[in-house]
Amino acid sequence: MLSIHGLRCIAGGQPVVRDITIDFAPGQLHVIVGPNGSGKSTFLKAFSGEWPIAAGEVRYDGVALSSLDKTALARRRAVMSQLPELHFPLRVEDIVLMGRYPHFSFGATRADHQICRAAMERLSITGLAGRDYLTLSGGEKQRVQFARALAQIWDAPSDGCRYLFLDEPVSSLDIYYQHELLEVVRELVREQVVLIAVLHDLNLAMQYAHRVLFLRQGLLVAEGPVPEVVKPDLIREVFQIDARLLPDPEGRRPVIVYGQTDQFPAGRG
Amino acid sequence: MSKARAGFGVYYWVLGIGLVLSLIMSARVGAVSISFDHIGLFLKHALGFGHGDGPPTIEEQLFLQIRLPRVLLCALTGAALSVSGVLMQALFRNPIVEPGLVGTSSGAAFGAAFVFVMGRTLTGAWADILGPWLLPLFAFAGGALATWLVYRLSNVFGKVNVNTLLLAGIAVNALAAGGTGFFSYIARDPQARSIVFWNLGTLSGADWRNTSLVAVTTIAGILLALRYTKALNALMLGETEAGYLGVRTRRLKTHILFVNTLMVAVATSVVGVIAFVGLVVPHILRLLGSSDNRFLVIASALLGAILLNLADMLARIIVAPSEFPIGVLTAFAGAPVFLYLLIRANRRQQQGGFYA
Repeated sequence: MLSIHGLRCIAGGQPVVRDITIDFAPGQLHVIVGPNGSGKSTFLKAFSGEWPIAAGEVRYDGVALSSLDKTALARRRAVMSQLPELHFPLRVEDIVLMGRYPHFSFGATRADHQICRAAMERLSITGLAGRDYLTLSGGEKQRVQFARALAQIWDAPSDGCRYLFLDEPVSSLDIYYQHELLEVVRELVREQVVLIAVLHDLNLAMQYAHRVLFLRQGLLVAEGPVPEVVKPDLIREVFQIDARLLPDPEGRRPVIVYGQTDQFPAGRG
Repeated sequence: MSKARAGFGVYYWVLGIGLVLSLIMSARVGAVSISFDHIGLFLKHALGFGHGDGPPTIEEQLFLQIRLPRVLLCALTGAALSVSGVLMQALFRNPIVEPGLVGTSSGAAFGAAFVFVMGRTLTGAWADILGPWLLPLFAFAGGALATWLVYRLSNVFGKVNVNTLLLAGIAVNALAAGGTGFFSYIARDPQARSIVFWNLGTLSGADWRNTSLVAVTTIAGILLALRYTKALNALMLGETEAGYLGVRTRRLKTHILFVNTLMVAVATSVVGVIAFVGLVVPHILRLLGSSDNRFLVIASALLGAILLNLADMLARIIVAPSEFPIGVLTAFAGAPVFLYLLIRANRRQQQGGFYA
């Protein structure tokens, strides 16, 4: 369980996260949405421990973030950020192995290597293991980074939860891999990982999220189960765009369509 | 990964054997050439296995008191500069960085020039105690100050901008060189000559005392560097990512700057400014396809020692019986590599990485 109470962050002299209070429970996929500059990434960095907290408190399994040892935290909490930039040639398997760094002190054990192989298999990137990371496509890089995060929290700690935070994890992926990655996310949620993801695509959030958070100008505007929270009025309030919800004839969750009805005249006019 | 590690093992063996060969070859040539038989014999005597007839010959004394410390000092300096190159490149997250470029060498040179000229004017009890330590101490202070300055100037919002880095390096290097120039201007003639000569890099001052000093800092520096290789690997992903992997990035940076300055400044205080070794050696090793810092630290120590030994050998051969300044030699060899890397960096900037 991740508990956040009255969290406030400053960037460039301005408050970018304003007094957010929320609990993230395991077993559910929490998706954060909001327009550009609404403070999503800063919020995620702050409760991950990589952005200074101006006020408020973050607790992992009841223990304050400020009193947690960084390495101990890294053994149970992995973060996948927007694509990091590399300046050196590195093999894919070496990058995935970095996920095991918090777990060994000098040399990786056989178990660490096995975990990395399993993580790569789960993301179907075993074939990339020996490739130079810099030669990969954006989508391949994203899957490698996800495998690294997965390897980091592969085994469950003896007490407390595992945490996985994803900042726009599917931004470079084509539709097939978007869904493949989010399926893995869904499995992890079933394994009781505390899972929080920032997503840009509201329809993906509709389809995969259990609960959704709407952020605007650093404020938590709405939070709750997807079917109850995602409504045209809220989308217009937060994103400044008209939207309609079309029911899916197969009986799954509705699909969001943007724009006013009269913007796209029917027929050939 | 296990396959890769077996591959590294082969490189270590090849480089290790290469180092031994280069040490023996380098010990042989010079103003007086010494045969392999004699080298073996002298080493045996020095280690206490058997004695020659009568007192040691001049040749034996020359080998043990001049040639041997020089060869070892050269190997240690090559290792120190190369490992520092690896550390600086990892810290700045940029493969065109080396201790000379980020100001460590010129800062240390400035500190050393200060001691050359002003050292004798320092009096009092503490000057007596510090005596032999004055030079490495001031070199360390100068190197640390210059490196810290370049790092602070080029690191904006956790990102190192290559252009700012090069400009900051130029400015700080020019400042340090100006300071060194000032000291050689106000110096009396012999002091000035020693500054100039030493600015070109020279191993001719090697003796057992300064060789053992460099040995201590270099070996300590390499062992410390090995402790940080995992964290430095994580740093390749960026400071935030490294933080998520449990690395205390702020502390890491301070420690790496310290280790780099310790190795480079102490070596520089003894042998003078030898540029580009720290750039070329890691670059050659990266061509083997891995930037794993653990591999780079170990292999750079070995390859740096080999290459500087070969350079020193060349420096003693080409103008024998005199000797060519080794810093000039490494600059001739290293500057083209630097320019090549810079051109390639510019050309590939769009693709997102120097090695893309």
